[in-house]
Amino acid sequence: MPAIRQHLRFILNGEDVSLSDVAPDATLLDFLRIKRSLKGTKEGCAEGDCGACTVLVGRLGRDGLVYESVNACIRFVGSLDATHVVTVEHLRGANGALHPVQQAMVDCHGSQCGFCTPGFVMSLYALWMRHARPSLAAIEEALQGNLCRCTGYEAIIRAAQAIASYGEAGNDPLVVERAAITERLRVWRDGARIDCGGRLIVPASVDDLAAIFAENPKATLVAGSTDVGLWVTKYMRPIEPAVFIGALDEMKRVETHDGVLRIGAGVTYSDARKILGEKIPELGKLIARIGGEQVRNMGTLGGNIANGSPIGDMPPPLIALDARVLLRKGSERRELPLEDFFLAYGKQDRQPGEFVEAIHVPLPAPGTRLAVHKVTKRRDEDITATLGAFAFRLDTENRVAAIRIACGGMAGTPKRALGVEQALLGQRWCEDAVLAAMERYADDFTPLSDMRASAEYRMLAARNLLMRVYLESVSGKAPVTIARDVAA
Amino acid sequence: MNKHASDLKPEKIVGGVATDQRHESAHKHVSGTAVYIDDIPEPAGTLHGCLGLSTVAHGRIRAMDLSAVRAAPGVVAVLTAADVPGENDISPTGRHDEPILTDELVQFFGQPVFCVIAETRDQARRATLKAEMTYEELSFTVDIGALDPLNDKLVTPPLTLKRGEAGEAIRQSPHRIKGRMRVGGQDHFYLEGHIAMAIPGEDGDVAVHSSTQHPSEVQHMVSHALGVPSHAVTVEVRRMGGGFGGKETQSNLFAALAAIAARKLGRAVKIRPDRDDDMKATGKRHDFLISYEAGFDDDGAVQGVDFTFAARCGYSSDLSGPVTDRALFHCDNTYFWPAVRAQSAPLYTNTVSNTAFRGFGGPQGMVGAERVIEEVAFALGKDPLEIRKRNFYSTTTRNVTPYHQTVEDNIIERLVSELEADAEYWRRRRTIQAFNANSRVVKRGLALTPVKFGISFTATHYNQAGALVHVYTDGSVHLNHGGTEMGQGLYLKVAQVVAEEFQIDLSNVKVTATSTGKVPNTSATAASSGSDLNGMAAQNAAQQIKARLVDFAAEKFSVPADQVVFLPNRVRVGNQEFTFADFVRQAYMARVQLSAAGFYKTPKIHWDRDKGQGRPFYYFAYGAACSEVSIDTLTGEYVVERVDVLHDAGRSLNRAIDLGQIEGGFVQGMGWLTTEELWWDERGRLRTHAPSTYKIPLASDRPKIFNVKLAEWPENAEPSIHRSKAVGEPPFPLAISVLHALSDAVASVADHRIFPDLDAPATPERVLMAVERLKRKAKSLA
Repeated sequence: MPAIRQHLRFILNGEDVSLSDVAPDATLLDFLRIKRSLKGTKEGCAEGDCGACTVLVGRLGRDGLVYESVNACIRFVGSLDATHVVTVEHLRGANGALHPVQQAMVDCHGSQCGFCTPGFVMSLYALWMRHARPSLAAIEEALQGNLCRCTGYEAIIRAAQAIASYGEAGNDPLVVERAAITERLRVWRDGARIDCGGRLIVPASVDDLAAIFAENPKATLVAGSTDVGLWVTKYMRPIEPAVFIGALDEMKRVETHDGVLRIGAGVTYSDARKILGEKIPELGKLIARIGGEQVRNMGTLGGNIANGSPIGDMPPPLIALDARVLLRKGSERRELPLEDFFLAYGKQDRQPGEFVEAIHVPLPAPGTRLAVHKVTKRRDEDITATLGAFAFRLDTENRVAAIRIACGGMAGTPKRALGVEQALLGQRWCEDAVLAAMERYADDFTPLSDMRASAEYRMLAARNLLMRVYLESVSGKAPVTIARDVAA
Repeated sequence: MNKHASDLKPEKIVGGVATDQRHESAHKHVSGTAVYIDDIPEPAGTLHGCLGLSTVAHGRIRAMDLSAVRAAPGVVAVLTAADVPGENDISPTGRHDEPILTDELVQFFGQPVFCVIAETRDQARRATLKAEMTYEELSFTVDIGALDPLNDKLVTPPLTLKRGEAGEAIRQSPHRIKGRMRVGGQDHFYLEGHIAMAIPGEDGDVAVHSSTQHPSEVQHMVSHALGVPSHAVTVEVRRMGGGFGGKETQSNLFAALAAIAARKLGRAVKIRPDRDDDMKATGKRHDFLISYEAGFDDDGAVQGVDFTFAARCGYSSDLSGPVTDRALFHCDNTYFWPAVRAQSAPLYTNTVSNTAFRGFGGPQGMVGAERVIEEVAFALGKDPLEIRKRNFYSTTTRNVTPYHQTVEDNIIERLVSELEADAEYWRRRRTIQAFNANSRVVKRGLALTPVKFGISFTATHYNQAGALVHVYTDGSVHLNHGGTEMGQGLYLKVAQVVAEEFQIDLSNVKVTATSTGKVPNTSATAASSGSDLNGMAAQNAAQQIKARLVDFAAEKFSVPADQVVFLPNRVRVGNQEFTFADFVRQAYMARVQLSAAGFYKTPKIHWDRDKGQGRPFYYFAYGAACSEVSIDTLTGEYVVERVDVLHDAGRSLNRAIDLGQIEGGFVQGMGWLTTEELWWDERGRLRTHAPSTYKIPLASDRPKIFNVKLAEWPENAEPSIHRSKAVGEPPFPLAISVLHALSDAVASVADHRIFPDLDAPATPERVLMAVERLKRKAKSLA
């Protein structure tokens, strides 16, 4: 058994914080506002959608100390051990001068009512540390998780483009102090298990997690808390004992063996996007449309699978790619095809005490085409109405040699379109065959109507996505999809 | 500092009117130090409230077991209707149809029934879940689609506007159209939700910090609820994190409950609903079903129009009377209807009571006008812009509105022709036609729509304002007025007016929190009237002080009054000059009163609702927008490619602020007409009550190219504050151009031969369904 520590510690702006009496469901936002009277960080929605509560969390990762924007409203204090939390109060210089990000926002008239503004400032701060002169596309992406109701965003974008003329990130305190902070955080990562009264546990390792969870199968595993956070803030559900697994390095590994990508369940969307984006570009593009930047910095692939949502966005493409899920209970492991993991609405093939440890994704064979299309009411930071993932291969005679189609939002689980696949398999890849196959969706799916879309629309759009895939594959000059191709 | 420079006498003050100034709180916004009500340090022992909401859409409460709630950790009290010491009513128009907490009859899903007061907000929220309610459910109506506007229950008396004989004119026209359009509602989604903190005082007094656009009304509602005189209640608000109309009357609920609890318990009480409760329990923009019939000639000149504007008002009147009235006032938009009849139907539904929202029914009225124009254009196979221009109001003839006000300041023709040229409307029209002819899946659409928006409260008595100005002996100025700051830059603009009046730098003028104790009997900061009314009142106060100063100086220095001149940061008296501070210090020593209460009331306006005649508006604000979109005909998804706006703010007080209002108003209007959809389930429960389900525009939804210009040349024809024009609401309906561009793109799938009949919000789903409908119709016609 590892050593046990009964408190967690992190840096808040310039100050060390050590906490032993901390509730498992205590959110960072309430901690900042209520316990520390740091009122600059605001609550707009308490569900990680509006970004008014955006703060930065610096953590030691693969690339050293990285500062990422997160939603303090759904981030639990229990997940913060050995991190550096930076709030808007930390930005002004010792002499009270505004930070370049702040000054740009002021001069470009980037605030009106001002309530969302600290959140925008923090998101832009994180972006500016990564890219001194970001493209318009990068700015829009960095702001996908920040809502403003006053400005129409135009002034904020102007500010984002102007920041570089106010100062260089190289002089920023967070950059200047990087080595010192890194060292402090590194020392704090002492390999101990954290246990605060048995209610809040941070395992020392994956083996430790396996042991803890096998012993306490009713514990709530919290990785990115982009879902569990809402159980607390929206439904006030008890989550104790809560086991925080978001910082386990072993769960964040990505490796390739024999053409199979092994992705640790704790890999965040943001990390996955970089890695998967290189190997499987279609997945990278999809991830850019999941949540906002803050949610992508927190949420994990494992969480997206383990929570079993019918509108989770990663399962359909992973099923189309014939991915397998690696489950672990104690020291026992088993692996099964991802599509078999989803049994029915709200029910997965997971035993008590068992957890998702990794996902194995076979890299698409040469010649395999992958297309993933997500349809939503609003382009970005919206939950899927319908999603189609298509992996297929044509033979030399232009016949469909292999095809796997999986859909989201069309049934109680992420689900394959077996009838559609059958209709296409062996057929010549032509419009008539596609039209005929589109009719088979009605056999495979009976979608529901809800606030996101009617059943009729879901069916129509899902079918049409197959046509889109076909038209893209034979694309001539005219565009087949609209794009927000803002100038780079 | 350059010493010589500081000795130079400035030619202009810093921060006068017609200069671009940043928001007075911008530096605080960006550093998180701007104090919103939830950021005010709480008095020791502050308690927190949480609303208990009904879980049926219509029914009678048969049993309410709150024992588990009362026993929950931290709970100090649970308020029900019986705990309201005064009147259990917060109807803003005095119709007594809106209880604070309902006692027996539940009229919508989410109606406040009780209120838990606990030591912490978290405890109050958790305790609320423990209520055991038993209802006798009654049948309910959520949608107005099946209601009869003439015979079904209304929440407030309807209005009819009439000029000429519309029915006869339509019958005699060579062409006729008839149709019906649905326009959805809209949640305000101010980033700062509702909040009130009440602090009890001596004599049963209470001070309330309320996130409200209407402190005086909150004061009245709290005093009625408590059964105390208005003088016992002081309401204060420094700033709101957005209002948009959503805090005009809807703040009353939270303020009244906080005050009741504070009085009862003798402790400060704060109520900040979470986002979900805020969206469930407070009103929104009215959705409308617009029925229309029009007759027109071969050239597309409309001869007669008949409109019915049926609105989903919810269970009580709130502001539905004036909102539906304003829809009628804008059913002409920029068009002269030779014969017109327009009637409203403010329908009762079992939904939250709808309320003010930027534009206040006006945008919905304009949507009706533009719909008629669009369908006329389709019927004749002409470009909608041609039909628009053919029907514009003229200047000397064809200039009388459906409410018999003569349009005296019409500039729409010039605005539209300038925008048409700037945006290269006709060249792009041809480019788009060529593009669509060669593009199977992606289709483009273009539309240019005008705006004319009437400025003034249609309740004439609201068009008054007060201000309080103190000049201190160091020359600094304390300014207070009845308007509230919700991000629109009102405090800044009024401060600019006062700085200009005294000819002192803006930094010498401090605007302080709006308080009913400083300026009484104020009107809501609404109807775009903030700077028009409060700017004038503040100017009046400053002028009173100036007049006293001039008299003093003329007497003391024995010069004629016209030789006392206020120059930048100094005053010239005859041959002498004093700094402003020195000058006022001398005046103080001579016992001159350096404080004044200013007042303003808008001239010329009057309105006889029974006759449907008068001059409800002091003037009109104009604008025009040209939008281009791309749609995906496989999924209905779209992108707004480019928007060009030319807007009239008269002689702008602050162009930077006004541009922000236009850009922001446009994008907010675009959200209303595109992705913002309110959705109720079969139990009558609103299911879009958080940003995860209710989708306001993001940065990546704003137009890819967004050219916004203020017209350089207009000035207000009326002597408004420095000849500026109101700019809060008028830009909002510019976004109608996006709806029409989407419709234009949809129409291209059937070669513009079939009318798309596109409702709003035009979500991707509605766009795709319209595309499919047109494709089917085109096939059946082929």
